[in-house]
Amino acid sequence: MTELQNRTVGDPTDWRSERNEGLHEIIIRTNELVKQYGDVTAVDHLNLEIHKGEVFGLLGPNGAGKTTTTLMLLGLTDPTSGTAEINGLDCTRDALAVKKIVGYLPDNVGFYPDMSGRENLIFSGMMNGLTRKEAEERAVGLLERVGMTYAADRKTGTYSRGMRQRLGIADVLMKDPEIIIMDEPTLGIDPSGMRELTALIRELSVKDGRTILISSHELYQIQEISDRVGIFVKGRMIACGRIDELGQQLQNEGLYMVDFRAEKMEDDQHAAEHRTVVEPGTARGTMNASAETLASDHGTSTATIDELKSLVRGIEGVRLVGVKEDGTLHVESGRDIRAELFRKLTDSGYLLSELHERGGDLDEIYRKYFEKAGGDENYDNRTEHKSEKRSLREKLLRHSR
Amino acid sequence: MSIGTSTQAAAPDAGKKSTGHLLKKIVDWFMEDDDLLPGETPESHATNVRTNRRGMAVLYRKELADHLCSRRFWALFALLMIVSVASLYGAIGSLRQTALAAQSQGQAVSEFQFLKLFTTAGGSIYSFQSFIGFLGPIFGIMLGFDAINNEQAQGTLNRLAAQPIYRDTIINAKFLAGATVVFLTVFSLGGVLSGLGLLLSGTKPVAEEWARLVIFLLLSGVYISVWLAISVLFSTLSRHAATSALSSIALWLFLTMFLSLVASGLANAMFVGTHASAQDVISAYRVQTGINRISPYYLFSEAASVLMNPNVRSLDIMSLVEYQNGALASYLSLGQSLLQIWPHLVAMIMEVVIGFALAYISFMRKEIRA
Repeated sequence: MTELQNRTVGDPTDWRSERNEGLHEIIIRTNELVKQYGDVTAVDHLNLEIHKGEVFGLLGPNGAGKTTTTLMLLGLTDPTSGTAEINGLDCTRDALAVKKIVGYLPDNVGFYPDMSGRENLIFSGMMNGLTRKEAEERAVGLLERVGMTYAADRKTGTYSRGMRQRLGIADVLMKDPEIIIMDEPTLGIDPSGMRELTALIRELSVKDGRTILISSHELYQIQEISDRVGIFVKGRMIACGRIDELGQQLQNEGLYMVDFRAEKMEDDQHAAEHRTVVEPGTARGTMNASAETLASDHGTSTATIDELKSLVRGIEGVRLVGVKEDGTLHVESGRDIRAELFRKLTDSGYLLSELHERGGDLDEIYRKYFEKAGGDENYDNRTEHKSEKRSLREKLLRHSR
Repeated sequence: MSIGTSTQAAAPDAGKKSTGHLLKKIVDWFMEDDDLLPGETPESHATNVRTNRRGMAVLYRKELADHLCSRRFWALFALLMIVSVASLYGAIGSLRQTALAAQSQGQAVSEFQFLKLFTTAGGSIYSFQSFIGFLGPIFGIMLGFDAINNEQAQGTLNRLAAQPIYRDTIINAKFLAGATVVFLTVFSLGGVLSGLGLLLSGTKPVAEEWARLVIFLLLSGVYISVWLAISVLFSTLSRHAATSALSSIALWLFLTMFLSLVASGLANAMFVGTHASAQDVISAYRVQTGINRISPYYLFSEAASVLMNPNVRSLDIMSLVEYQNGALASYLSLGQSLLQIWPHLVAMIMEVVIGFALAYISFMRKEIRA
């Protein structure tokens, strides 16, 4: 446990020296932040550093202390001990000044149901010191930006959840904040709405240069938009860093995961061509790309799969071989087996059509870290459930494309 | 002539300016806190106070607009207006009968006829004063019972708290907006009724009657504000608006209807046995009124009766004895009437302050998350 914590604390400095970019000053910093509700410790000695302009994903199951952390950052809840700072301002003592530069999008954001979307935005703008005219002008622009112009003059009581969430983003932007804190922004939103929202959030960081702290348990979404993530379990941050770094850390501890798909070779000429494409040892990014381009509809027969399985089991260091619904094989091993796998497949007359290194997948990272932190036993079931849902969602997305 | 008009034009202007100035000073005193909060420098304190005050003004206006646009408000306002006008008709009817009776006997009609329009009950209807006593609390409860918990239910409370204002600004603005609506309502009712009363009855109010009426309306405003504060308190304590409405109404029923039973029971048990002396009876009466005076309804009724009937000379039991011993029937001056009700007014304001202070503390300690 101490080993884990040490790494967590040490991380940001490593990250900085690695990137070696001076402009990444720290804008949010918490120091040994603790919040207790009676006997329950919601947040346990949290040390968090977030750099200006980055998207930071706060990841964890429900009840891990994500919302409590965001509330303490806004001064809406007082910490039991420790401090939180935003832009050099103490979040507890100087909450008002902090709230001037920080926009907050709570989960399940609410609006005054008897006012129209536009009026709600104008009210927020005026609370932040705009005159009515300025607020009206800004509201028009923001409604356009979040694609809510068509419903701007309807009462918010009639809005759907997705519309409320989009209006929520416009509402946060009325303040023109440097930092945006979002709590589960895509909870309960349909896939296409989720995609739009994710793009919108990403744009806030890339285009406007705002710092974004986003808390969620939607791994897929966090993976898509975050520069760095912090994994939260039971009030403690058990890991923090860029997603590929976290994957790297797992590998350093001797866990390699590979998904692959192979077919019986029929034409030697073809195989020779393909071999150059799927060269093992290429960078992860290219490998993903090639895997995608090679994704084919070829079904793989059960006989082939059984043969492949026994083939892979023959490789030294392999701990687990599994078959996924779509015929892809999942291999977990104690060392990098890619080169040997490739050689073995070619020798037995197989053509490798898809190879996917799974270490960089947040789902895996999350699960592994969670197991290490000794999270509750039910968790594994939940991940499985979630990854099922996720694959379903991915299918849907692919369809809608 | 031209000089006259110019001075006349200038005078109200100057008056407005100075009252504006005075108002600003009061607001400054109310809003501004010269003590620095921990972590503030004088400069940042100044900007924070400015931001907060602006937020307060925006929120106050929004709350006021919410009240004045709500159906709930208009329904109760219409109810109050209708019963008030009805009570005025009732009062005019019975006053006419008394006047005719007095005329036939060759007696003069007593003074302060105009005030009687507000306090005389008709044959089958209560007086305006009793209606305020009964319906005022409902009006106050209606304005406050969902002040905080509704924000929480809508999910707007944490959004509001994340705006650059101090947290207490939320409850301050809500209470002030509610109180503003209360006073607006009471004074518009009073205005309409005195206008109608003038037209229909033809009685001409003297200056003292105007003064007593205005003080009575202020008193009614404070009385309703007690219930506003209590209902705001319940709205911070309970999660559901229905719970806080019912709790407020339960408390109102208890204080209005049942406290007098408790008071008399307690007083009798304490003092009146089989051999009660006159002294015991007097003590029992004093304990009973003392307990009764916890209820804002009792306080209001007593204060209003002294204020609106200048011939009520005292609220103590001894005044009865004085009457029996031949005190001259005469009217109290306004100053003397005010002296009689001063404790009542202070007690009612105390009740507003205590109710609001409890609501304030409970709100500041509340978890903001939904």
